[in-house]
Amino acid sequence: MDRPISRRGFLKGVLGSAVGGSLLGRPVQAMAANLAKRPDHYGILSDLTRCIGCRRCEAACNKANNLPPPEVPFDDKSVFEKERRPDAGAYTVVNRYEDPKTGQPVYVKRQCMHCEEPACVSACIVGALKKTPEGPVIWDGDVCIGCRYCMSACPFSIPAFEYFNPTSPRIQKCFMCYQRLSEGELPACVAECPTEALTFGRRSELLELAHERIRKDPDKYIDHIYGEHEAGGTDWLYISGVPFEELGFPTDLLTTPYPELTHGFLSFVPIVLVAWPALFGGIYLMSKGREKESETETIGENEREES
Amino acid sequence: MEGSDTTQSLAGEKVFPRAGLREWVKEKIFLGMSPREYARSLVTPFNIVAALIILAGLPLIGLRFARGLGAVTNASNVQPWGLFLAWGLFSGVPLSASGFVLGMVVYLFGLKRYHPVVNNAILIGFVGYFFAVVFLLIDLGRPWRIYYPIMISFGPASVLFLVGWHVFLYLSCQFLEFCPTIFGWAGTERLRRRAQAMTIGLTIFGVILSTLHQSALGAMFLLMPGKVHPLWYSPYLPVFFLTSAIAAGICMVIVVSALVHRLFKGRRDPHWTEKLNELTLGMGKAVAFVLFTYFGLKIIGIAHGNHWDLLGTSWGYWFLTELLAFVLLPCLLFVIAVQKKNVALVRFGALLTIIGVIINRLNVSLITFDWNLPHRELFNWKEFMIVVTIVTIEILVYRWIIKRMPVTPEHPEYKVDY
Repeated sequence: MDRPISRRGFLKGVLGSAVGGSLLGRPVQAMAANLAKRPDHYGILSDLTRCIGCRRCEAACNKANNLPPPEVPFDDKSVFEKERRPDAGAYTVVNRYEDPKTGQPVYVKRQCMHCEEPACVSACIVGALKKTPEGPVIWDGDVCIGCRYCMSACPFSIPAFEYFNPTSPRIQKCFMCYQRLSEGELPACVAECPTEALTFGRRSELLELAHERIRKDPDKYIDHIYGEHEAGGTDWLYISGVPFEELGFPTDLLTTPYPELTHGFLSFVPIVLVAWPALFGGIYLMSKGREKESETETIGENEREES
Repeated sequence: MEGSDTTQSLAGEKVFPRAGLREWVKEKIFLGMSPREYARSLVTPFNIVAALIILAGLPLIGLRFARGLGAVTNASNVQPWGLFLAWGLFSGVPLSASGFVLGMVVYLFGLKRYHPVVNNAILIGFVGYFFAVVFLLIDLGRPWRIYYPIMISFGPASVLFLVGWHVFLYLSCQFLEFCPTIFGWAGTERLRRRAQAMTIGLTIFGVILSTLHQSALGAMFLLMPGKVHPLWYSPYLPVFFLTSAIAAGICMVIVVSALVHRLFKGRRDPHWTEKLNELTLGMGKAVAFVLFTYFGLKIIGIAHGNHWDLLGTSWGYWFLTELLAFVLLPCLLFVIAVQKKNVALVRFGALLTIIGVIINRLNVSLITFDWNLPHRELFNWKEFMIVVTIVTIEILVYRWIIKRMPVTPEHPEYKVDY
């Protein structure tokens, strides 16, 4: 592969490095890695005008990931009465909304957006979450300590936690069927979708496809690809005939990658580490010096008085 | 065990009467009483209440480890952090800034007249950090992996990684800083001197670590611009957290010293009693400066985000309450108190400041978190009860140490010899 520095390669480098060194210089390197050109990740384009709310993607996801059986069967449409979110037992859920103009139902499949530069990955204290060069954001249960910073960091509030598992609670979310991808198969939801509402491919191709669909049918679609710029760009993309704010999508997101929000602070760290010992050591020596000076002065005065 | 070690290492040094281990234990552990007398002395109203709280709380902590975090907290997938972190980590750590601030002032800036309170400041800090880790152990999904970020797997792009490392290093650092007091108590003079010799280095190390992790706790929330309410979210969060932690640390010394002075009469020595009022006024003056700076920074924060319009909302009123009643008001009280030499007023101002910092940390990490969600429950009674239990244990540990070790009364032989 001729891709530039990948995050995984970067993390491997970090793992190999000495502990002390990793404390000092890494944040700056992390910045450099982000400035490198992004690889053209795999992603999925979700065309909301095509989704019929059959929930077969949910069922396929459940099966592919060996998730617990659902509380309500996958062919039961009553789940649409309440807005749901992905949780530890369901990596993806389909919600039903209403087109305010036509009154027609609009179905939205929700899952991890697989950000180009994920907040969760930058937040993870042990590097358990990784952005693979292929695109999926994956999680390593062997090192996760369960701090849940990824959950509060995620701008889409996607990662879920097994709150009732006392021994080995996992962070659960869509991993874009990373295992199936590496075996050359499509993600389970994409493979199952009967209406081709989901398209798998390289992100650049998906963006082209999305633009083309919007261009060809401007009456059907609104001119917005959700995920093109949101949170600095995501590998999961949406196009829709209804504005996204009507469909439960967060629309107050930044367009810069979220990890950049902490870069400024982290790059300040080495400066403090280097400058503070000199600064405070200097202050100590100065106060010590002044003390000695005043001592000798007092002694000198005493001597004069005596003589 | 401690006793026998001591006896060995101190052969030849005259430290405690040669009557042996039993006498040593009686003197150092049982406060000069026989075990039976000591046990009887423990039956006090305070201890009975503390015991009841702990008896009620321990089963809940057991429940957390038997059934998972969900069994005792209101945490959810959108509100992953509850009271354990909001109180134990985000509020507990700034209140424990006492050690680094007083250490810096006394040992680095050379303001030696504050030496009588420096040991207590370090102890408050050490106990605070120790129990912040205890809260972490309860809150982490897999607490037995708490050392992973230090030894097994690193996430250097994470602000939390920095916090983890620093809490670990600073806890060790504060333990070493407190060692002279421990050895002073054990009566091992040679070790005490050796520990004392490290003071300057440890203090500088502590200042570096504290500057970074106190601000890093604020920087953790930089990732959550849409979740923390805009009045509390600011790119200046690291500076806010560091500045208010300095105020909180000094105020903890003011308040806790006053309590120790009142409650443990046996732990006074002439030095302590004479100087405490004067030092309290001095510390009050310092906090007035810090709070005024903090107030100014918070105003800059509003101006920078141009959030003036939000001050008129109900969140705005809550923000103004925090800022006016718990930052500006104590700041003014300190100014008045210092002018009128009113020690009690300084103490009241310090209490307000501490409450204000706790409110601020709860606001950022819990109360305003995900403020735009329609339905939220902040925490439940089980969570609250566990926090009360841990805090009770914390107080008992602090009291155990303060009653035995030369923290507040300085050992007559060891005065200012750094």
